[in-house]
Amino acid sequence: MGKVLSLPDGFVMPELVPGKLPCDVTVVVAMSGGVDSSTVAAMCAAAGYNTVGVTLQLWDYSPESNPGKPKEFGTCCALDDVYDARRVCAALGIPHYVLNMESAFKEAVVDDFVATYLAGATPIPCVRCNQRIKFKELMAKTKALGADVLATGHYVQKAMVGGKAVLKAAADLKKDQTYYLFATLQEEIERLVFPLGAMTKPDVRALAAHFGLHVSGKKDSFDICFVPGGDYRAVVKRFAPEADKPGDICLEDGTVVGRHDGIVGFTVGQRKGVPGGFPVPMYVVRVDAEASRVVIGPRASLGRRIFTVKDLNWLGDSVDDMRVRVKVRAQHGGAEGVVRFLEGGWAEVVLDMPEDQVAPGQAAVFYTEEGVMLGGGWITGLRD
Amino acid sequence: MARAYFDHAASSPLRPGVGAAVVRALEVFGNASSVHREGQEARALVEDARRQVAALVGVHAGQVVFTSGGTEANNLAIRGLGATMAPGKRLLVSSLEHPCVRATAGALGFTEVIPASKGGGLDMPWLEAELAKGDVGVVSVMMVNNETGAVQPVAAMARMAKAAGVFFHTDAVQAVGHIPVDFAALGVDAMTVSSHKLGGPKGVGALIVRPDVPMEALMTGGGQERNRRAGTEDVPALAGFGLACALVSEHFKADFEHMMAVRRLVLDGVRALGLDIIAEAAPKAPHILLVRKPGVKAEDLVMALDMRGVAVSQGSACSSGRSEPSKVLLAMGFDEISAAEGVRLSWGVSTTFADVDILLGGLKSALGVL
Repeated sequence: MGKVLSLPDGFVMPELVPGKLPCDVTVVVAMSGGVDSSTVAAMCAAAGYNTVGVTLQLWDYSPESNPGKPKEFGTCCALDDVYDARRVCAALGIPHYVLNMESAFKEAVVDDFVATYLAGATPIPCVRCNQRIKFKELMAKTKALGADVLATGHYVQKAMVGGKAVLKAAADLKKDQTYYLFATLQEEIERLVFPLGAMTKPDVRALAAHFGLHVSGKKDSFDICFVPGGDYRAVVKRFAPEADKPGDICLEDGTVVGRHDGIVGFTVGQRKGVPGGFPVPMYVVRVDAEASRVVIGPRASLGRRIFTVKDLNWLGDSVDDMRVRVKVRAQHGGAEGVVRFLEGGWAEVVLDMPEDQVAPGQAAVFYTEEGVMLGGGWITGLRD
Repeated sequence: MARAYFDHAASSPLRPGVGAAVVRALEVFGNASSVHREGQEARALVEDARRQVAALVGVHAGQVVFTSGGTEANNLAIRGLGATMAPGKRLLVSSLEHPCVRATAGALGFTEVIPASKGGGLDMPWLEAELAKGDVGVVSVMMVNNETGAVQPVAAMARMAKAAGVFFHTDAVQAVGHIPVDFAALGVDAMTVSSHKLGGPKGVGALIVRPDVPMEALMTGGGQERNRRAGTEDVPALAGFGLACALVSEHFKADFEHMMAVRRLVLDGVRALGLDIIAEAAPKAPHILLVRKPGVKAEDLVMALDMRGVAVSQGSACSSGRSEPSKVLLAMGFDEISAAEGVRLSWGVSTTFADVDILLGGLKSALGVL
């Protein structure tokens, strides 16, 4: 055991299980090796909870699997991060376990990522990972270890609405991660706790420094963990070398105006890689995977008011033609609209005003005016 | 919380007095190759250790090549013997070998392995047929498997190899200190020993070689270890290794009986808990038992036991501490799911009967929630 940990004076640790003393609660902390989840572990341990750190090893970090990318392993799945988590736990005097989820991750996240790109859409692998790996597997481990709750370093808050536990945007809206957690199930939310939801990033770094964590100054990772350096095309090529073919870039009327060397990496709304020489800036308005064709048009052609979503995960009450705020991408401020529930987990979204970057494969996530997350689904069909 | 350590096969606690001997030797600062008295003092410690290791396995001191551990000794054997093979000759290792043997053979381009059976043994007729082809140069088979504890008929295989004019190496890391090992009686050409599996410090081991075996060095330099392993000798580690070997020699019979007594208690206990014993019918070393509860992932059981104060492992340890299906169990014919269910219990001379109670209590409690 290391030194005795204590919370800073005046810091109020949120109660993880209402009505139970910390010494009677066992919490599993999902640790990536980064500053956020490391701080969560330290907070829980300092508050007297029986704390267990668990790190998922999701991706093969070996150089053989990452040719030419030795410098770019500073991301959430690299071995260094596993060691960082282990060092933090050793310093805190708490147990730490590493779960090998490489094959599950490959099947549930990487294969989906590749298939989504090849279908002409733009995937969000972090949602798949949260939904299919992190919460599912870690929840199973939490139960297997006889622990009460699972804590993560996500910037989201839990709230009770109508007797149900729901997710709510983080106090620091710039850091809010509810968008990535839209697929979280009700029973998972019950057992999840997010001790950072009311904090800002500088608060968290200061707290990490207070605890003397060696990761307190570690840089945040923005890359997708298995896409070092953000080279999506290289990842897709590695798993589906034959699939990404060159094709035409054309206007909405079918006029061919150029060539591309593969649809992967073209996302609705993007300007990069689009030919110039037009009187107005042109954007990707559609990606036709079957014809291997990228369709471009002026900004006016981007606007979408009506689209459908599939695999809807709905946490709130379902009311017909419900007025909601909708986020159609992670960094989107949100748009006003109405959601209509259809059969089979589908829904139709009708926005008040057209939005420019409604891209298939991304998620539409629904909120109340107060920032309570109602649910979300994957954007599929685009209309008008 | 009282803890019980049942992972001796990963690394065993130092035998009494070994830590103190290492610390004393740390103060002997001379270079064992130096002419002066300080150097001679260091040399004396190294050569004492060499004799202690040699005595344990019944060889002359000159046959002991000190290395940085079992992995290096296995590399020296595989690469050093492999380098002397005539062009076109093959190097054959068993499918049950430790990664440091399999990966090393693989790195030299030899990926064909001697098949194993579900019982934990190896396919002797297959080996005999391969040897008869006349193109095998080196065979390497471990004496005691590090996951199942199964003992391979090394002497019989060495005889087959000798008859075919083939060099034979055995990785005896889990054997020495646990079962009687007489190098000459085994008839092998080279044998790997590790210090920290028998109560010595980590970072030191030895390759025992027959004097007439041609072998190329991996480390070249100052000519230490009779030109077979260059580098200034790690005097404190060697002093600890030597003392541990001397203690093994001195107490072997009593230690063996104690490990067998622990084994009987563990066996009765795990059987009563309904656990399967892997390679149950194979002849086995006294200190390793691989158990399995169908439907319970080893990973979960290892974590649940650790939280209950019991240290065990899932097969061989990996550097990041993560787990994956056991390659040994896969080689024995278990499917992916079953191969991820094997939990290794291993003990040693310092294990007490009270430790066994903690183990069995922990197992009962952990299996109750999994």
